Amino acid sequence: MPLVSIRDVRKSFGALEVLKGVSLEVEKGDVVAIIGRSGSGKSTLLRCINGLEAYQSGAILADGIEVGGLHANLRELRRHVGMVFQQFNLFPHLTVAGNVMLAQTVVNKTPKKEAREIAAEVLAKVGLSEKMDAWPSQLSGGQQQRVAIARSLAMRPKVLLCDEITSALDPELVNEVLRVVEQLAKEGMTLILVTHEMRFARDVGTKLVFMHHGRVHEQGAPKEVFAAPKTPELQQFVGSVA
Amino acid sequence: MLKFSFWDILSNLLIATEWTIILSLIAFFCGGIVGLILLFMRTSGVKPLEWFTKSYIEFFQGTPLLMQLFLFFFGIALFGVEVSPWMAATLALTLWTSAFLTEIWRGCVESIPKGQWEASATLALTYIEQMRYVILPQAARIAIAPTVGFSVQVVKGTALASIIGFVELTKAGTMLNNATFRPFLVYSLVAAIYFCLCFPLSWFAKKLEGRLNAAR
Repeated sequence: MPLVSIRDVRKSFGALEVLKGVSLEVEKGDVVAIIGRSGSGKSTLLRCINGLEAYQSGAILADGIEVGGLHANLRELRRHVGMVFQQFNLFPHLTVAGNVMLAQTVVNKTPKKEAREIAAEVLAKVGLSEKMDAWPSQLSGGQQQRVAIARSLAMRPKVLLCDEITSALDPELVNEVLRVVEQLAKEGMTLILVTHEMRFARDVGTKLVFMHHGRVHEQGAPKEVFAAPKTPELQQFVGSVA
Repeated sequence: MLKFSFWDILSNLLIATEWTIILSLIAFFCGGIVGLILLFMRTSGVKPLEWFTKSYIEFFQGTPLLMQLFLFFFGIALFGVEVSPWMAATLALTLWTSAFLTEIWRGCVESIPKGQWEASATLALTYIEQMRYVILPQAARIAIAPTVGFSVQVVKGTALASIIGFVELTKAGTMLNNATFRPFLVYSLVAAIYFCLCFPLSWFAKKLEGRLNAAR
């Protein structure tokens, strides 16, 4: 059974239909890169997967939980589906360790001591062991984003959603974040990324999804799709960003 | 006829001031607790709860505090329930305070970026947990200055309780004036005492505001 299964999902903001019947299957260990122009619906699709946005029809099953169901157990779902945002969204009133420990202690009821050990472990993974007790405001954008990744990892998610996580970063800080994501991919983490980093999508992705006007316009193995885009829209898109 | 010296007047006023302070403190703290509950309802996203709090706030903000005092004092008595001036004043001022505090705090909660809500939701926190651990700690920082500032309004609001016969500073002033026929002296003293209560509060609020802006 796929880890995430999206079937004919439609979503409108008022009169504007942003998702016009999207279907997508994500297997365990997949690294799915979603690309497309702004307004193509890729971020909205990602936000539907963990219930941040409601959709009007179709179905999304994530880790066996129906996301849009009337009595959807969003808490259970979100414990297993992590998300990292473009704007980091660290909690400014908590230290780095506090950020990483919050959901563990509040949601999982992990004892403080153990939560701190897990925090140390995931912060080491993103290369920020020495920043445990720093405040978010003392960190660079790249460091903040790596803390945000660690914060998600602390919940041991089965799939991690990344919404343009390098788009708000200065160019010289992009790579430190991408390296962390690449490492996660190598360790077998299931990732769904909305990204503008084409090279990263090609080199690290196991699946490429090109969205256009609220539909999955083309998908396949990244290297093949980039080398020989079938549709003129993707040809044009690849041409414009390369 | 009894003779009142300046010191007699002042000491009587100061004794009554105690009740102004007690009434203010109760209204402020009880109003704060009710206000916090209303704040949770107001920002919950649950339509009936939001609708109820909105109407509640509209009622207490849109009618004079004096009318609210009358409603509690005379209104409830119509149902055969004996209401003392003290009871009516405490109740009316508490609810009045809660409405204003809810509205002040709602503004502070709404000034917290949407990303904080989304990040905490994504980490599987429930609404109450989001408020408790993520939103309120940040909103409280912004809320302190306007909240302390509003406490001045509460202190001055207690003066209206004199009209339903509750003996606090203003009522004592009226009684002393009736006995001494020295309105200028008596009411000057009353005003001065209110000022001594309120000025430190508004000064403190300004200072907090300045410190908060500097911290940014």
